[in-house]
Amino acid sequence: MENENNILEIRGLQSYFFTEKGVVPAVDGLNLDIPKGKIVGLVGESGCGKSMTARSIMGLLKYPGKIAGGSILFDNRELVGCRNRELRKLCGDDLSMIFQEPMTSLNPVLKVGRQVRGALLTHNRSLSKEEAKRQVIEMFDRVGIPAPEKRYDCYPHELSGGMRQRVMIAMAMICKPKLLIADEPTTALDVTIEAQILRLMKALQQETGMSILIITHNMGVVAEICDYVYVMYAGQIMEQAETFELFDHTAHPYTQGLLASIPRIGANPERLHTIPGVVPNLLHLPQGCTFCNRCAYATEACRQSRSELQSVNGSHLVRCFRREQREEDAV
Amino acid sequence: MDENLTYLPDSSDLASQLGEKDGIKEKLLRMCRQNKLAAASAIIIFIIILMAVLAPVIAPYGESEQDLLNRLQGPSVAHWFGTDELGRDVFTRILYGARVSLTIGILPSIIALVVGVTLGLLAGYMGGWVDYLIMRVADVMLSIPSLLLAMVVMYTLGSSTMTLFIALSMVNWASVARVVRSHTLSLKESEYVEAARSIGVSKWSIMFRHIMPNCIPSLIVLFTLNIPSAILSESSLSFLGIGVQPPQASWGLMVNQAKEFLFTTPWLCLAPCLSIMVVVLAFNFLGDGLRDVLDPYMKTQ
Repeated sequence: MENENNILEIRGLQSYFFTEKGVVPAVDGLNLDIPKGKIVGLVGESGCGKSMTARSIMGLLKYPGKIAGGSILFDNRELVGCRNRELRKLCGDDLSMIFQEPMTSLNPVLKVGRQVRGALLTHNRSLSKEEAKRQVIEMFDRVGIPAPEKRYDCYPHELSGGMRQRVMIAMAMICKPKLLIADEPTTALDVTIEAQILRLMKALQQETGMSILIITHNMGVVAEICDYVYVMYAGQIMEQAETFELFDHTAHPYTQGLLASIPRIGANPERLHTIPGVVPNLLHLPQGCTFCNRCAYATEACRQSRSELQSVNGSHLVRCFRREQREEDAV
Repeated sequence: MDENLTYLPDSSDLASQLGEKDGIKEKLLRMCRQNKLAAASAIIIFIIILMAVLAPVIAPYGESEQDLLNRLQGPSVAHWFGTDELGRDVFTRILYGARVSLTIGILPSIIALVVGVTLGLLAGYMGGWVDYLIMRVADVMLSIPSLLLAMVVMYTLGSSTMTLFIALSMVNWASVARVVRSHTLSLKESEYVEAARSIGVSKWSIMFRHIMPNCIPSLIVLFTLNIPSAILSESSLSFLGIGVQPPQASWGLMVNQAKEFLFTTPWLCLAPCLSIMVVVLAFNFLGDGLRDVLDPYMKTQ
């Protein structure tokens, strides 16, 4: 590990899909740090490689996806090229994940309590079933499931979406992970439940001191709970900064576009702001900056070559040639 | 926890309060209420199983007890279904024959189920050469007419009840494996299997504890429909003389022996034929009824 304060360090991660039409670089040279005890957000549009990053960490890439290069260091262990059995031992224990759809990520024919107990017993074989059940009920109580003893024997279809996501969180938290990856944990929930779940995750994080990687396309979620944010576009990090720094001194045109796209109460525009165009086809990426086709500030130089991540202010990095010039224009 | 986590009442609570739990037990009860034919079939099967189990108690005569003075009698009070060419009571032999038919209907179906489920799960979940190997063997099994395959096995291993088990199990496992494999293929892509993998559940545990329970409704239906086909196969093989060997009683064997007297004493043939028909029909109706309530892919009404 480069920095002892980090629980996860990703360096130059390349997760590619090897399809018949060609190689799709879904994640291309990603660097990402998650400090211990912090909540880190990974933001971007659909298809920008957020979920691929999460799956790469968990070793859940599906054929034809493969990690083509780079390194993922978790708690001083290299996960890339790690044997499947060792990775399975780690997953769910020190490293666990919450999925996007609470409706489909619980097995419909197994009682929820038993599913969570299964997660616990997989990693603690010496535990007796009664003791495991007691711990599961305790965890249900901690994630705010009412009448946990009764809910233990419920099937997933008997619970609402919010309750199911709480069960998923309980399942991910039961082995006291050091890092929790939440892949769009609130996308399928309505806003009131979303707020509850985010507060729950924040409270659990403060209680246990674990780290959380939240993957989302919702800047509101980021503002709510993240300490540090990575903005991802077409498989690459476009901008990274501490949350307040990012919102106050947005440096990349893409991030600005994302922030401008949030509808505001009171402002009553004819049309909502959108970023023109769509995410480029990863098979035919432009030679230069991946965002140049949609960027209002793009120049010939942007179309010819790609910028590296450059520092704006301490840990605030941005991948854009035109940053300084735009700042001058603004002044 | 702080007050932010206080619970908002939601629909799940209402559902459990109203007792809207729809488990397998409730579904079976619903089937009995809505599908009278399936309910009647279940009762008939239950009675026949009871009669087979209690055959030594119920039967008025011994299984092979001969009464050569009263050969080929018609139905009477002493002999409900008449007597055969050796003066044996046909009703008694029907009861003992039910034992053979039901064991041979149910046991090989269970063996086929266990083998088929295991191989189907392996093929579907592992994929690659395991899948290829298992499914090609299954294809070969399915491409040979089942009765012919059973006859080949019976000829090579010799006729006995044991070889009959083996032959009929071999015939049926492939179709079970196919169904389970197709279920596994779609289920292994589902998010909850992925979620299970992400918490470190081993692949065996995923196969047998996460995927298999999802196949159970289909398996129950397949099982109840496999039984009558196994019963029919046993009857056919016994009728052809390579199944159950005399003097043991079996319905197929009885039809075979009665066919000699078809023109003089037709009732002799009628009793075992009707028994086969009733049992096979009952299992089929029950299977259909179960499919209507259990199969998630078939919506009733």
